[in-house]
Amino acid sequence: MIRCLECDARITIPKDVIEGEIVSCPDCGAAYEVYKESDNFQIRPARIEGEDWGE
Amino acid sequence: MKISMVYDYVRWEEKSIIEAAKRKNVELQLVNPTDLYFDLNDNGLKSKFGDVVLQRCVSYFRNLHLTALLESKGLKVVNCFNAILTAGNKLFCTLKLMNAGVPMPKTMVSFSTKGSLRALDELGYPAIMKPTIGSWGRLISLVKDSDSAQAICEHREHLSPLYQIYYLQELVKRPPRDIRCFVIGDRAVAAIYRVSTTGDWRTNTARGAKAVNCPITNELEDLCVKAAKAIGDGIFGVDCMESPDGLVVHEVNHTIEFKNTVPATGVDIPGLIIDYLMEVAK
Repeated sequence: MIRCLECDARITIPKDVIEGEIVSCPDCGAAYEVYKESDNFQIRPARIEGEDWGE
Repeated sequence: MKISMVYDYVRWEEKSIIEAAKRKNVELQLVNPTDLYFDLNDNGLKSKFGDVVLQRCVSYFRNLHLTALLESKGLKVVNCFNAILTAGNKLFCTLKLMNAGVPMPKTMVSFSTKGSLRALDELGYPAIMKPTIGSWGRLISLVKDSDSAQAICEHREHLSPLYQIYYLQELVKRPPRDIRCFVIGDRAVAAIYRVSTTGDWRTNTARGAKAVNCPITNELEDLCVKAAKAIGDGIFGVDCMESPDGLVVHEVNHTIEFKNTVPATGVDIPGLIIDYLMEVAK
């Protein structure tokens, strides 16, 4: 079970999730990046914007 | 045929490209390089990555350096290193466009506060100050007088040396919108007006501008394909403004976002990207 680090709400990871995908907490809207650790998906706070980000 | 997509964050665009590959029965290998490492002596990268690599890293420096590595190992990367290097730097991009005869706003560059103030005196106020690297309208300033210009320059002196390259441009008298035209290979495939709706003078959709379908005229297509070709072969977003003297190009983008463009235009940009990669891979 993955819980939001901000508000402790339950976050459901989509079945077709891809590493690097951004998911949001359904309750507080906090954004998380999905990453893989020992074959399991985990979340960490998403970096919203970097100095060199963009198109 | 195998295509790889390198990415660091999965946005709407990456998901739509994955879906388009599935629809077209194209094998698309996904590679997130963020936590990987690459042995520069490894000459087997070509077999791991396949026929062609689509570069989708949102971080410009990661994008650029990884592309340099992949190309050095003989891989075809879209877009190529030179195109990313050029399009990712407003000054390099402007020099290429001007040399190709692409109409642009009057632009100056300087390397100090003093030089910038002198350049702005010649350009006239109001004018635009931009960092040479950066996207989504970050740190782009509308400078209305020399006092505000001096304040911005003094702030920049305390930032990275990149911000002490002062790229200065005339403020083009345009309607409250600009045009983003998507060029894939030799064709302009879609275009949108980016209409400022928030009162912000900048028209980046990242700043809330609304995307509205823009008809692709012969004039627009010729100009945008010419601008894209000045940067290289590949997939580009060409930004233009409607000046009193006709269209001018102010930017070419190398790793395009299109989540607002697909619904506004109905054009299957991710599908066209996959088609283009297949052509390149042949």
